Amino acid sequence: MTCDEVRGKLALYVDSELAAGEMAEVETHLRSCASCPPDALGLLQTKLATRAAGLRYAPSPEFRLRMEQSMRAKRKPSWFSIPFPGLAIAAVAAMVLIASVTVWLNHSGRERELTEIADLHVTELASANPVDVVSTDQHTVKPWFAGKLPFSFNLPELQNSSFTLEGGRVAYFQHSPGAQLLFKVRKHQLSVLIFKEDPREFLFPEGTLTTTRLAFHIETWSAGGLRYFIVSDAPASDVHALGELVRNAARS
Amino acid sequence: MADTQSDSGSFEELAMPLFGRLYNFAHWLTQDRSEAEDLVQEAFMKALKGFGSFRQGTNFRAWMYRILKNTFLTSRAGLRAATVSLDDDEAAPVEPVAHGTPESILISSLDQETIQKSLEELPVQYREVILLCDVEEMSYQEIAETLAIPIGTVMSRLSRGRKAMRKSLNQASIRNASGSSFQ
Repeated sequence: MTCDEVRGKLALYVDSELAAGEMAEVETHLRSCASCPPDALGLLQTKLATRAAGLRYAPSPEFRLRMEQSMRAKRKPSWFSIPFPGLAIAAVAAMVLIASVTVWLNHSGRERELTEIADLHVTELASANPVDVVSTDQHTVKPWFAGKLPFSFNLPELQNSSFTLEGGRVAYFQHSPGAQLLFKVRKHQLSVLIFKEDPREFLFPEGTLTTTRLAFHIETWSAGGLRYFIVSDAPASDVHALGELVRNAARS
Repeated sequence: MADTQSDSGSFEELAMPLFGRLYNFAHWLTQDRSEAEDLVQEAFMKALKGFGSFRQGTNFRAWMYRILKNTFLTSRAGLRAATVSLDDDEAAPVEPVAHGTPESILISSLDQETIQKSLEELPVQYREVILLCDVEEMSYQEIAETLAIPIGTVMSRLSRGRKAMRKSLNQASIRNASGSSFQ
């Protein structure tokens, strides 16, 4: 493929709308061409930035409750009032099926959430200005978030650790604003993301969860009504060590 | 047709996970919280009523978004938006990327509010395809089904909408640069 041909297909490539053969041809061209990759990267970054900016509005808890009540009101009385045993067994079987589907949906939702968190880290690193408040001083970074977020949080003391704070910015996840803080250890960068926890939005179990997405180590936990995530390509031990510092700061 | 009880139960199981995303889309369409709530509520009621006619195994998400969009078209906000006409050319090819545009530099220099503002300023017909493609990650085929438009129109609206967004972001970037040069 020539550069002109590839440029005509880049939007389709970024939207994953090309047939497998064409995808491969475009990828082969991008690996060998010096001028087309920045165009592809630009389109991809625009798409990711639009995605992050587009998740802007969340329904109010009152409206959600009103809708849930309205849905419930459309139901008839309890299934267990069914007078026939066969139907009752079918009803129980259906409930088991729904529970299994719910577990599957939660699992699938959790996968999406973790990928979205990894995307936030990638987007931040890809940016020429990864943080909006640039400072290594926690007493400069923390007050910057005042009035921008519906919650507050503590930052860890880093004097005796190998971590340094680089700054922070407001990030959006599941329609809600949160803090994205950038730390550094040796040559690795780590994002600490903090959001107000809504049990209907976050699909994580209790306790600390450590996992890997897109080759990034992710640790997540919940404390004091907030959901924390740490994402980095640093070794899992570094991610955990920063997690301990952040957890201790939250308790203080 | 299934009875009302099982219809309502399974509808809720399928529809409520989409509630937050549908609300986000409705708010982008109407640009108003109260109108977005009315729109989502009306769409859910219409969908529940018509759930018996929904063919299991087909795309429930596209079906819900289509009902929301059709409900929007007859709402006050929808009628206001319909006054903006677009010069759609279904056969228009996707425009090639303009080489040399430092798009990655442009995007990384702008904050989220600026990107949101440029999305807000787009005509609703462009805004909706960009939201469905980039935020909801729908395929062109799904978008075409949701909006009941040909796939060629999806592609041309995406191309033109993104071009308009790029222009608006470029202007914002120039304003930012000239603003900071006075500091």
